[in-house]
Amino acid sequence: MTNHWIDMANADVVMVCGSNVVENHPIASRWLQKARERGAVILSVDPRYTRTSSFADHYCRLRSGTDIAFVGGMIRYALENNRIHSEYVTNYTNASFIISPDFEFHEGLFSGYDQEARSYDKSSWAYECDASGAPLRDETLAHERCVFQLLKKHFDRYDLRTVCSITGAPEDAYEKICDLYTSSGQADKAGTWLYAMGATQSTHGAQNIRTYAMLQLLLGNIGVVGGGVNALRGESNVQGSTDMALLFHILPGYLKNPNASDQSLEQYLKRCTPVSNDPQSANWWGNTPKYMVSLLKAWFGEHATPENNFAFDWLPKHSVNNSYIPLFEAMHKGDVQGLILFGQNPAVSGPHAGREREALSRLKWMIAVDLFETETAGFWKRPGVNAKDIDTEVFLLPAAASVEKEGSITNSGRWAQWRYKAVEPPGEARPDLWVLDSLCRAVRKEYQAGGVFPEPIIHLHWDYALEGDPHHEPDPHKVAREVNGYFTRKTTVKGKTFAKGDQVPSFAYLTDDGATCSGNWLYCNAYTGPEQSDNRMARRGKDDAPNNIGLFPEWSWCWPVNRRILYNRASVDLEGRPWNPQRFVIRWNPVKSSWEGDVPDGGWPPGAKHPFIMQPDGHGQLWARFLADGPLPEHYEPFESPIVNPMSRSQNNPAVKIWREKPGDKSPFGDREKFPIVATTYRMTEHWLGGALTRNTPWLAELVPNVFAEIGTGLAEEHGISNGDKIIVESARGQIEVYALVSSRIPSFKLEGRTVHQAGLVWHFGYQGIAKGDSANMLTPNVGDANTMIPEFKAFLCQIKKAERSPA
Amino acid sequence: MKISRRGFFKTAGAGAAAGVLSGKADKSLAALPAREDPFANAVSTTSVCPFCAVGCGTVVKALDGKVVQIEGDPEHPINQGALCSKGLAFSQTVNSPGRLQQVMYRAPGSDHWEEKSWEWALPRMAALIKKTRDASFVQEKDGRTVNRTEGLACLGGAALDNEECYLYAKLARALGVVYLEHQARI
Repeated sequence: MTNHWIDMANADVVMVCGSNVVENHPIASRWLQKARERGAVILSVDPRYTRTSSFADHYCRLRSGTDIAFVGGMIRYALENNRIHSEYVTNYTNASFIISPDFEFHEGLFSGYDQEARSYDKSSWAYECDASGAPLRDETLAHERCVFQLLKKHFDRYDLRTVCSITGAPEDAYEKICDLYTSSGQADKAGTWLYAMGATQSTHGAQNIRTYAMLQLLLGNIGVVGGGVNALRGESNVQGSTDMALLFHILPGYLKNPNASDQSLEQYLKRCTPVSNDPQSANWWGNTPKYMVSLLKAWFGEHATPENNFAFDWLPKHSVNNSYIPLFEAMHKGDVQGLILFGQNPAVSGPHAGREREALSRLKWMIAVDLFETETAGFWKRPGVNAKDIDTEVFLLPAAASVEKEGSITNSGRWAQWRYKAVEPPGEARPDLWVLDSLCRAVRKEYQAGGVFPEPIIHLHWDYALEGDPHHEPDPHKVAREVNGYFTRKTTVKGKTFAKGDQVPSFAYLTDDGATCSGNWLYCNAYTGPEQSDNRMARRGKDDAPNNIGLFPEWSWCWPVNRRILYNRASVDLEGRPWNPQRFVIRWNPVKSSWEGDVPDGGWPPGAKHPFIMQPDGHGQLWARFLADGPLPEHYEPFESPIVNPMSRSQNNPAVKIWREKPGDKSPFGDREKFPIVATTYRMTEHWLGGALTRNTPWLAELVPNVFAEIGTGLAEEHGISNGDKIIVESARGQIEVYALVSSRIPSFKLEGRTVHQAGLVWHFGYQGIAKGDSANMLTPNVGDANTMIPEFKAFLCQIKKAERSPA
Repeated sequence: MKISRRGFFKTAGAGAAAGVLSGKADKSLAALPAREDPFANAVSTTSVCPFCAVGCGTVVKALDGKVVQIEGDPEHPINQGALCSKGLAFSQTVNSPGRLQQVMYRAPGSDHWEEKSWEWALPRMAALIKKTRDASFVQEKDGRTVNRTEGLACLGGAALDNEECYLYAKLARALGVVYLEHQARI
C-alpha cells in the first residue's frame, strides 16, 4: 500500500475494484465505515455481488478479466469531462515528456513486437532527448507526441458503448461510477483505490494495476491523505516476505538479483544503478552500490572484501525466468529434484494443481515445514495414486505457531510489528528460525569434508545463537539487528563518527566501501541500538501525529524510515502547500524552513526535487518505458475467453509466455464451445488460503464445512440444478465435484448477442484436514502475467453439469 | 511484551465479529450479567494476528503454559480490540490436536509416516541437500560464471516472521538456489 489501513478513513471516494475487502480483510472495513461517516462514497466494482458490494453505496458489475477496459473508460471520462488535477499532472507526472517519433500502436500491438519471441524491443517507447540526454518536455501538454496526447488518443477508443460491450457493465451504473470516482480529481479531494488478487491474477495483471495508478495520477490521488493505490495483501507477512526477497528476481530490499550478464560487481552495479542528469531528480536507486555492498557484507562478513568484489561471485546468477510456474514445470521435467517448503501448500493453491501434484511425485526428496500435515506434504497419499509408485523421500517438520515464538511481521501498510512468545510450542515443534539455523549448521558440517564450490556456504556469516546458550537457540533480535545493519569498523559518515558494532541509524548512513552491513536497506532504521528497547518495531506509542490523520507514528515502525504515506511530496504544490489544507500529510513551514507532518520523501525544500523519487526521472509514470507488454495498458481478453476481442486483432496479451513441455503438445487451454462459462476463484472470511490452518480449526470448519461453486439462477435453470445439488465443474485441465450455491449474486452478461454465464469457485479446499473438498485449482490455467508471471486464476473457462447422485 | 491482565472481554466470539461492521461493539452486550473472569490468573502477551495482512493486534492469554484465549488488542490503533472470525478462532488452531508435534518421515515408496527425532533428521536432510546441490551445481555456463543450482528449489515464507524470511533468503542464495519463490507470486 502507498498509504495504510487507517488512512482509508480519510478518503472522499473509496473504489474497491479487484478486491473484496469486507470479506477478506474484515477489520479493515471499520475504516471504510469511518470514511462513510465522514461523508465518503464507497464504490464496488466486481464480477460478483460480494460482501463488499452489499456494504458499498454503488455497485457495478464487470466480466472477470476486463479491468483495463473498465478503467480505461474511466480515464477517457476523466479527460473528456476535465476532471483531472492539471497542476499535479503537469508538474508531477511524465505527461509532458515527448516520446520517440518511432512509436506506433496498431491492432493491439505496440511498435517493436517480435512475434516469434513473443516480446518487445522497447527502444521506440523511449523519451525523446536533447543533445545532453535530458528528456524533451512540453508543459503545455499540446505536443502531439507528448505522453498526455498519446494517452488521450489511446484511451479515446474506450468509449462508453465499447467499454460496456466488453465488460458487460450496465451503461447507467458505469457512468455513475465514472462520475462519482472522478469527483476526487478536485485538488482538495481524495480517492483511494483498493485492489487485491482480483487484479493481479491475470495475464495482464501488471497493466490492470497500472491502469488504476494512471487514473490515480491523473486525479492527483497519489501521495495524498486518503488516496493511493493500495494492494490489500492476503497473508500476515507477505509484505515482509516480499521485502526479504523470497522471489527469484530480487534480493532483499528490491535490489535486482544478479543474472549471468553480471560477471563482476562493477558490471552488476552499472546495469542496476540508474543515472539521471536532472539535478531535480533524487534518483534514489542511484544509491544501489551502498545497499548492495552492505548486503554482501551482511551475508559474507569479513570474507567480503574490496579485493574479492565483496564476494559478488558467490551469489547465484540466473539466466532464465525462475518464477513459480517455471519452477513447477522444471520439477515436472525432473530437473528440480529437491524441494524445501516453509508453510506453503501448492497442491491446493497452485495453478493447474493436478499438474503440480504430478510434479511433486517426481521429486527425489521434499522437506516440508508446517503446523499441520498439508495436502502437499501428504501428496503421495492423495486420491487416485498408489503410494508405492512414488519414490519421493519426505520430511515433515513440526513448526511453532506465531504465538510460540518471537519476531516481526509487516502488514499491508508496511508497518513492521513485533510479536512475542506466549507459550512453548507443542512436543518437538520448533520455530522456523530454529529450523533454518539448524539446517544451515547441519549443511555446513557436511561441507567440512569438501564439496562443490563450498565457499559461499562455509564463509556465510551465520552467527545467531543467543549469547551463552549451550543449545544454539537462535536469537531473532540478533537477526533483526543484522537486517537493520551495523558498522563493521570505526567510520565517519555525514560528519558523524560511529564505532565498530554500532547500529546504522538509517539507510542514509550506508556506505559502498564495506564499512557498513545491512541485510535489507529498507529496514535500516528499524533496530537502531544494541538493546531490545532500541527495537522500533516493538513500539506501542498511542499518540497520533500533530496533523491528526491517523498516522500513529510511534506505533511499531514502518518502512521506509517510518514514512507512513509514500510519495508524500506529491501531496503539496511546488511551494510546499498541501492540496488539502484541512488534512495534510506534510507541509512546509517557511519560518522554520522545515517540513511538518509525516516523514517527508526526502527533506529537501519544496520544489527542489521531483516527488516520485524512486523513478530516475522523478515523475509519476503515465507512460511506462520498461514493462514487458506496452507503455500504455491495452485491453486483451483473458487466455480463455468467451468472446473475440472487440478492441483489436490481438486476442490475448501478445507478450505472455505459454508453457508447454515440448513443441507440439496439445494446448492446455479450453475453447468457448466446449467450456462456455467464465469461471473465477475466490476466498471467504472463514477460511484462509490453502486451508491448512482453518480447515483444521473446528469452529471454522463448522462455519464453512464444504466446498461449493456459486452460480446464477439462470445458469442453474438451464442445467436443472437446485441450490445444494452436487455438480461437476470441468475445465480443459480437470474436473471437480462441489455443491452448487444458486444465487442472484452472480450476474450473467449479454456479449456478442448471447448470454454468457459466470461461476465463482471457493478455492480453500483439499483432501486433508477436518473439512475436506475438491480443490478449485484443479481447473485453473498455468499461464501467467507478462511482467510478474502471476497465474490467471481469476478468469478462465469451464462447463458445469449436475452430478449423477445428489447427496442425501 | 507481557502486559498486565486486562479486563476480560465479554464480547468473545460472534459478538465482536458482528460489532466490526455495525461499529457498535459492546452496546448490545452491556446488559449481560457480570460473571467471574475464568482467566483471571492468565498471563497476557501481545501478538499480531497470523492471517491476513491488516496486522490486527491480539492479546494471547495463557494459563499453565497453554493458550486459553486470543482477543483483539484494545490498544491497537488499527483494530481497536476487534477481530474477525479467523482471528478469534486462532486459539483453537494453536491447540488443535491435529498439530504436528514430531518430525515425520516418509520413506520412498512407503504408504505411511514414521516418527523420527531431529537428531536423526537433520544430518540426513543436510546430506540430501548437499548431494542434490553438488550433483546439479553449475559454475560456468556458455563461458560465464553462474555459480548456481537448478536442481534445488525453495518455496514458502509469507507466514514466516521477517527474521525467518531473511535467513531463508540468505541460506537459499548461499546454496546457489535460483528457484526461490513463494506465495507473493501466486
